[in-house]
Amino acid sequence: MILRTHTRLGTLTSALLIAACGGGEPGADFAGETLAGEVLIDGSSTVFPIAEAIAEEFQINHPRVRVSVGFSGSGGGFERFCNDELDLTNASRPIKDSEREACASAGIEFTELPVAWDGLSVIVNPANEFVQCLTVAELNRVWAPDTRVTTWRDVRAEWPDEEIDLYGPGTDSGTFDYFTETVNGESGASRADYQASEDDNILVQGVAGDQYALGYLGYAYFVENSDKLKIVAIDGGNGCVAPADETIADGSYSPLSRPLFIYVKHSALDRPEVKAYVEFLVENAQDVVPATGYHALTPEEYAEDMAKLSAVTGA
Amino acid sequence: MSGSASPLGGTPSANDRRRRLFGSIFAITCGAATLVGVLALVVLLADVLRDGLPRFDWALLTNFASRFPERAGVKAALAGSIWILGLTALFAFPVSVAAAIYLEEYAPRNRWTRLIQLNIANLAGVPSIVYGMLGLAVFVRALGFDRSIIAGALTLSILILPVIIIASQEAVRAVPDSIRQAAYGLGATRWQVVSSQVLPMAMPGILTGTILALSRAVGETAPLIMVGAVGFIAFTPTGLGDPFTVLPLQIYNWISRPQADFQQIAAAGILVLLSLLMAMNAAAILLRNRYQKDR
Repeated sequence: MILRTHTRLGTLTSALLIAACGGGEPGADFAGETLAGEVLIDGSSTVFPIAEAIAEEFQINHPRVRVSVGFSGSGGGFERFCNDELDLTNASRPIKDSEREACASAGIEFTELPVAWDGLSVIVNPANEFVQCLTVAELNRVWAPDTRVTTWRDVRAEWPDEEIDLYGPGTDSGTFDYFTETVNGESGASRADYQASEDDNILVQGVAGDQYALGYLGYAYFVENSDKLKIVAIDGGNGCVAPADETIADGSYSPLSRPLFIYVKHSALDRPEVKAYVEFLVENAQDVVPATGYHALTPEEYAEDMAKLSAVTGA
Repeated sequence: MSGSASPLGGTPSANDRRRRLFGSIFAITCGAATLVGVLALVVLLADVLRDGLPRFDWALLTNFASRFPERAGVKAALAGSIWILGLTALFAFPVSVAAAIYLEEYAPRNRWTRLIQLNIANLAGVPSIVYGMLGLAVFVRALGFDRSIIAGALTLSILILPVIIIASQEAVRAVPDSIRQAAYGLGATRWQVVSSQVLPMAMPGILTGTILALSRAVGETAPLIMVGAVGFIAFTPTGLGDPFTVLPLQIYNWISRPQADFQQIAAAGILVLLSLLMAMNAAAILLRNRYQKDR
């Protein structure tokens, strides 16, 4: 009985689909649109909102191209990419040597395209009066794997003798990789006694409700919650700079701003739908990226991306 | 408590009063424990309804995911969940019921069947991510199904197989032996006994078990991420080899966004998922009632 019911549901869905597709085609033909096919994308969950936005815009113009975007993480994306399962992969860090080798041994040639900047923000509770700025060395003292820092006074002698409650992303996150690499000098090296969550909103809630908290997360999460959090300026050697649209985009918020990438498989660029998609991405990133909470590159940098693409496609 | 006579007719002793006191404390504790479950559900529902109800409309069901929360909908995810659900039921139900009937009605009781039985019970407790890895290795890579609906449905089928087998075995075991004996006495073959007596009687229990197992499947995320369910697609699947996404994954994706608007649409997505679950449970009850009436 149950079988029959479910099969019927399936048939109904298929029928609806066929009807929907049939309805869509005349309009598409009217627009002179003949591009069809599939574009398979996976990779970083940080880059996902950008990929989703681009895919959404692209499908308005090319309804018969089926774009799918996954978010199994930068590492998961590279694994699939080098296993020849994807056309593009998103990454919130550059490809590692081990991943490069995996791609090489599978005979996969690719091009790296920077598409946006992301600022990592270090945050404290708004009731925290004493912290305005932290140096990278101080961050390192707090977050190093062998740290002895437990109170704010351990960071700076004039700060209160209150325990620091730490919040940060979990180990599967590209944000974690980037922060640990920049601050502790080795990707993945971090103290482990902190509140970790893969969901940055949990970190926001944690820091917002804890007067002596310290945490780090993607800048977009600070912007959406700026009433509940206080941002800490970072001194990377050239004075204290707080993350903001300008300081991230012009690179002065250093070293905690990072480029986001997509990696394109060369053999996939032979397919017109993939080529059209990547070109669309580079052409429209300037407009689309800011709406996703990230920072667009300069027009010159996108022009460089385009030049790299043309070098591959020979167009 | 006070003044009530003891069963033996004398005045209640101190011991008697103490026993009655313990009795009522126990009853109150059990009642409170029941309330915890109900309260948790009420709080959860109230929270989700408050956030999600304003966005729970037709557009939610007919729109694809979008970076604009006001335009975002669950069309692809709902279609994906229904596909996965249908296919999982199609694969898991016949196999599990056949396995349960074999184990209960045909298999000899020996060391091997006990081993099989033990394995099935253990499998029911294996974390779902392990099934995801199995699915990735076997269905996606070895059998070459790629990241497709069929790979997802097969993985979930394996996941719920032991649950349905155990529920079906219980149901088959609950059929009184006298019925089998009577049928055999009338000259029925074993096939006739099973197909016309045991199975119809066991069917309500089997169906309940199946629906509960499918309800678990529809809420699974981890194994489907392993076999490649995607985060964004703007088309509904048309065949077994298509990429797909499912409701829990879409909800997770929205909840982890920084914008508060996406939290609301996530709550609305949860309402869609709950409605789907309730529809399934209603279907189970209807089917069960019909089976019971038919007999």
